[in-house]
Amino acid sequence: MNILVAVSRVPDTTTKILVGSDGKFIDTNNVKFILNPYDEYALEEAIRLKEKNGGKVIAITVGPATAQDILRNALAVGADEAVHIKSEQNFDSFFVASQIAEYASKMKPDIIFMGKQSIDFDSLQVPSILSDILDLPLATIVTKLNYEGNMVKAEREIEGGKEVLSLQMPCIISAQKGLNEPRYPKLPDIMKAKKKPIEEIDAPNYENNIEIIGMELPSRSRLNKIVGDTDEDIKEIVRMLHEDAKIF
Amino acid sequence: MPLNRNLNEEQVMLRETVRKFAEEVIRPVAIELDETEHFSVELTKQMAELGLMGAFIPEEYGGTALDYVSYIIIVEELSRVDGSNAATVAAHNSLGVGPIYYFGNDEQKEKYLPQLASGKLWGFGLTEPNAGSDAGNTQTTAVEDGDYWILNGSKTFITNASTEITLGSTILAVTGERPDGRKEYSCFLVENGTPGYIAKPIHKKMMWRASNTSEIFLDNVRVHKSALLGKRGDGFKQMLKTLDYGRLSIASMGLGLAQGAFDYALNYAKQRKAFGEKISTFQATAFKFADIEVGLELARNYLYETCRMANEGVKITKEGAIAKLYCSELAHLASNHAVQILGGYGLIKEYEAERYYRDAKLLEIGEGTSEIQRLVIARQVGCFDE
Repeated sequence: MNILVAVSRVPDTTTKILVGSDGKFIDTNNVKFILNPYDEYALEEAIRLKEKNGGKVIAITVGPATAQDILRNALAVGADEAVHIKSEQNFDSFFVASQIAEYASKMKPDIIFMGKQSIDFDSLQVPSILSDILDLPLATIVTKLNYEGNMVKAEREIEGGKEVLSLQMPCIISAQKGLNEPRYPKLPDIMKAKKKPIEEIDAPNYENNIEIIGMELPSRSRLNKIVGDTDEDIKEIVRMLHEDAKIF
Repeated sequence: MPLNRNLNEEQVMLRETVRKFAEEVIRPVAIELDETEHFSVELTKQMAELGLMGAFIPEEYGGTALDYVSYIIIVEELSRVDGSNAATVAAHNSLGVGPIYYFGNDEQKEKYLPQLASGKLWGFGLTEPNAGSDAGNTQTTAVEDGDYWILNGSKTFITNASTEITLGSTILAVTGERPDGRKEYSCFLVENGTPGYIAKPIHKKMMWRASNTSEIFLDNVRVHKSALLGKRGDGFKQMLKTLDYGRLSIASMGLGLAQGAFDYALNYAKQRKAFGEKISTFQATAFKFADIEVGLELARNYLYETCRMANEGVKITKEGAIAKLYCSELAHLASNHAVQILGGYGLIKEYEAERYYRDAKLLEIGEGTSEIQRLVIARQVGCFDE
């Protein structure tokens, strides 16, 4: 079984984010980057599937030269090979999905795993766009998987409940927390990860479909009003949210 | 200086992995294990599965074959979260595995190293009730009897020697008198369960309460001559070399503990308010953090450089002693400040500052007291030369 896992490199959740001097992107200086946490569930699922059925796991990422450390991470955890689509420009979800699609159309994996979202821009778009480009069935935000022959039964979270889908392989799964318990890489495997191959592919130049016009940190000013719990107070809260905060 | 400066990709990944494991798996249970004096076989197994127990054992024996810097990073990251479990790993690697790996013959290595890399523990029986810093006063004896040696005596404060997953301990014993009239020492590999050999845990410790510290009694213990480590008469040399490297482990535990206490107190100080301000903004508090940070930077750079020397095979008697002395005193300073910064909460066991404070004290005593380190350093610079 050939398994492709798409992973991305994101700022550590504890990193203090600042906007860069161009006002359009985060300042990446002194930012610690990690493997996107949701991708850990995707990777774990891929490795377990391989351990059960044999085959190989290829981890793929689209990103700058510095993104290679997360591929080493994936290799240390248990991926057999890695593919690095190199691009130094800032890109949108469509670009990422189309680069993965390009590779997948040649590799023809039986199943593609990825995290439900990357915790940097949280757009949740890549799985859907990839599914569209490759014309493959997709289950997103999956918390449980069962495999029967070439069918995959996927349980996914929906508002207030769960939905069970049946997909035929090849298919795409985006992983939610709870799908499994990701393992820690073993120290000997960390040492061996360096010997595993990383294929490097230069991404084509590309004009983004989405242009970032500006980026700013959330305003820290607050109304700091405390009201009571009578019906009048509730009306006042609704009015404040509507008129002052303009939330709805 | 950045934490990972001059480290290679694998070393950075090792740090990240062990830090994550320590934070996610050890920290949530550390207070409870400390309070109940519970040595966790479960945690030790998990650490063995990660590859922490065979740090410098070669791959052919199932180890991880790490360099010294990598090993020291592992201990540092464990100690940053919990002294007890860091002690289990540090003592096992440097004192348990170390002597067998460095001085054992092929037969002994083949017999023990694969097991010690995969979850079994080994102790280092040096200290005795009446021989601590004064190891020359060792009273345990071994007398030759045909193909066997008969051991008698006792040992104390031996880490990892009496858990249910302990395989045995290296025992230093007097085996005779040298031509110059001094005692002759030799080391023996003695397995738990050997008749006459009793190892049992010491309880009611102030620190490292979730690690196993043991006393050992040897009553006519018969071991085959194949259990002799290296050559007869090499015992003292073996012990001194083991301690040279063991000091790096303790130094690393000091560095990690100081970092852990620092991180814990800083997190608190940035949230806790007094007089309407975060207490981290008061100079009396801020300067404490500044002082610890100075120590952390100096300690880390010096220790890593000493480890690089050890890797090159350079003698590190002085440097190891300096690192051990400095890092353990830094751990004391940092944990003392941490308790002070937490104020009343620093005294309460629901918070972790007091555990750092208790655990730090061992580091100034174990594997050579601070006084002995100063003696080693003074001797190395020539104070006592003729």
